[in-house]
Amino acid sequence: MSPQAQQENKHTISVLVDNEAGVLARVIGLFSGRGYNIESLTVAVVDPKQALSRITIVTSGTPMIIEQIKAQLDRLVPVHKVSDLTLDGPRVERELALVKVRGLGEKRVESLRIADIFRAHVVDSTQESFVFEIVGSTEKLDAFIDLMAPLGLAEVSRTGVVAIARGVDTI
Amino acid sequence: MSTEPMNGSQILLKALSEQGVDVIFGYPGGAVLPIYDELFKQNHIRHILVRHEQGAAHAAEGYARSTGKVGVILVTSGPGATNAVTGLTDALMDSIPLVCITGQVPTHLIGNDAFQEADTTGITRPCTKHNYLVKKTGDLARVVHEAFYVARSGRPGPVVIDLPKDVAMGLGHYTPATAVGHKSYNPRTEGDPQLIAQAIELMAKAKCPLVYAGGGVINSGPQASERLTRFIRDTGFPCTLTLMGLGAYPASDKQFLGMVGMHGTFEANHAMHDCDLMICIGARFDDRVTGRLNAFSPGSKKIHIDIDPSSINKNVAVDIGIVGDVGNVLGEMAGLWKARKNKPDKKVLAPWWKKIEAWRSRLCLRYKPSSSIIKPQYAIERLYALTREHKDVFITTEVGQHQMWAAQHFGFDKPNHWMTSGGLGTMGYGLPAAMGVQVAHPKALVIDIAGEASVIMNIQEMSTIAQYRLPVKVFILNNQYMGMVRQWQELLHGGRYSESYMESLPDFVKLAEAFGAAGLRATKPDEVDDVIKEMLAIDKAVIVDVMVDQKENCFPMIPSGAAHNEMLLGPDDEAGNPISDEGMVLV
Ligand SMILES: Cc1ncc(C[n+]2csc(CCOP(=O)(O)OP(=O)(O)O)c2C)c(N)n1
Ligand SMILES: [Mg+2]
Repeated sequence: MSPQAQQENKHTISVLVDNEAGVLARVIGLFSGRGYNIESLTVAVVDPKQALSRITIVTSGTPMIIEQIKAQLDRLVPVHKVSDLTLDGPRVERELALVKVRGLGEKRVESLRIADIFRAHVVDSTQESFVFEIVGSTEKLDAFIDLMAPLGLAEVSRTGVVAIARGVDTI
Repeated sequence: MSTEPMNGSQILLKALSEQGVDVIFGYPGGAVLPIYDELFKQNHIRHILVRHEQGAAHAAEGYARSTGKVGVILVTSGPGATNAVTGLTDALMDSIPLVCITGQVPTHLIGNDAFQEADTTGITRPCTKHNYLVKKTGDLARVVHEAFYVARSGRPGPVVIDLPKDVAMGLGHYTPATAVGHKSYNPRTEGDPQLIAQAIELMAKAKCPLVYAGGGVINSGPQASERLTRFIRDTGFPCTLTLMGLGAYPASDKQFLGMVGMHGTFEANHAMHDCDLMICIGARFDDRVTGRLNAFSPGSKKIHIDIDPSSINKNVAVDIGIVGDVGNVLGEMAGLWKARKNKPDKKVLAPWWKKIEAWRSRLCLRYKPSSSIIKPQYAIERLYALTREHKDVFITTEVGQHQMWAAQHFGFDKPNHWMTSGGLGTMGYGLPAAMGVQVAHPKALVIDIAGEASVIMNIQEMSTIAQYRLPVKVFILNNQYMGMVRQWQELLHGGRYSESYMESLPDFVKLAEAFGAAGLRATKPDEVDDVIKEMLAIDKAVIVDVMVDQKENCFPMIPSGAAHNEMLLGPDDEAGNPISDEGMVLV
């Protein structure tokens, strides 16, 4: 096999599913049962009228494995549509994190300064702590959290990636 | 909704009837009592009372595989459902359409560890094509219709409907099947014409083509087998079949190379290895077929036709993947082939056929005959020879050496007459499957070719067979070993026969009698014909205990981790080809 065929790449896959009991278990069971990676998974109702949810999965694998993942997802009965946003062209990907930082004095000021650079918002504060809300790419969130580490990083909660294609087309 | 409300159990039976169900295989219990009560009050659906829920599932598989219809099972909650799990998994692996109705504790008790509660939808999620938990009686009819649609369409498979007792007793309205469509599950059945045209292009240019077809051809219906047969004739190509595909192309035909795979023929496996174009039709490049993947048919272009997109490029990357019902695609291909006025090009194909004939002349299925001890291959050969006159012969098997010998030595000329557990390899499949086949075909000759170890796994079904006076024949190749395990221990584990010898086996003749069947035994080669004839003359169930050579191994064999052209032809080949470390870890 060519080295290209062996290379593992990250893909962001959107799955439109019926919002019914067990559907998430089917998707997760598929990944664990067949040994595929899940780097991130998010799910929420996106069309309450038609009871549709959208699952965004970030996964990685060789091109053949990615094809398999998509075909296996598509085979699930409550799945309406599977799109590989990574292959479909330019897309917007966002993640949200809530980051709690504890500290006093210079460290506290420094954390505020960095938050400002990253356009993170303070959504909660006490005398000795902040909760920052930050939105952006996974890499941006990672960088922010890394910088907070020496400044009193206490706790992180992240949503996982949501994504949508740029332009007029829909999935 | 002008109809009168009905209770859930009535709705269930009405929906089953509308789906054309005439037989259910089942076993009662607390959670399904309301359904059994409604069954009692009607007479259009026949209920076959099995002796173990696994038996119900395999019987329904036999029924489905031999009729092309959906097999139906009804079991109670908890242990009833868990007992059915092996059968469901078996059906999933072999793409057999089943609908399994499981009772469940009432909705208000779900999650409370109630008596005989099991998380049936959770347990069966990975071993079904789909499953449902019905929460409202009003949804039940729709769910049943949907379940049948899902079970039979696309790549068929088992579907579970988990039915809480209060839903089965509550009132609701009936929804007819015509009112139920499916919003998300609509499998593609027509192949892409452009890809089909490209495939025909490749076929017209091939010098060493090979058709490799499987169970998908059987699932597509008898027409697909007819089309496959005609296509092979029109092209002059050689054809091999998988274990699941036997019968899709007539075994007696010259263009048939025999079965492919681990215990397939020398000619089929060498043709797989050396072909320049492989046309895979309704098969899935299973590891039992491919052998070592990185040595699999290295020089060929590959075309794969399958109704399941996830089968394409799963194990083996192909050049052209056509998603569609194989029957439809074969029809399209035949049309194009004819339109191009392509004929079997004898001149181009002659060198290829010459090579194939040379492989064939090795007579790989040969064995050393004996006049003192019954060779298992001989017993099957005689069974085949003496049943050829019968109009309708169905063969089921258990799992092991006997299964492979049956596949090698019994010729199948028609689809739907061979039922075996291929993907899961379930010992205990054959007897209940034969029972299901016999229920569907009361007049036919149905034989379970069995191993003495496997048949005991569901031997309780002899009692069901007695109750319904089913004239099933059980033909045991009794080697007193878990033969296939013994064979692997001989080849891979230095002949240390750890726990593969069976002591204290029952006297199968007396066992037959205990179940109200006839029991026969053969211990010498010259008794084989007589017991077969006697078996055929008895119009009730028979167990034939054929005492065969204990040490016989099943050849040819591609050892685990080896390539198609590294087959062992017989015992003499074993020593020279030690099995690699990578091979040792493979199953
Ligand atoms: C339920 C189950 N358990 C274990 C196995 C592993 N297994 C495969 S073949 C075999 C031996 C079968 O023995 P027998 O039925 O006597 O057939 P033989 O090989 O002797 O013809 C075993 C234990 C299996 N296939 N299924
Ligand atoms: Mg045995």
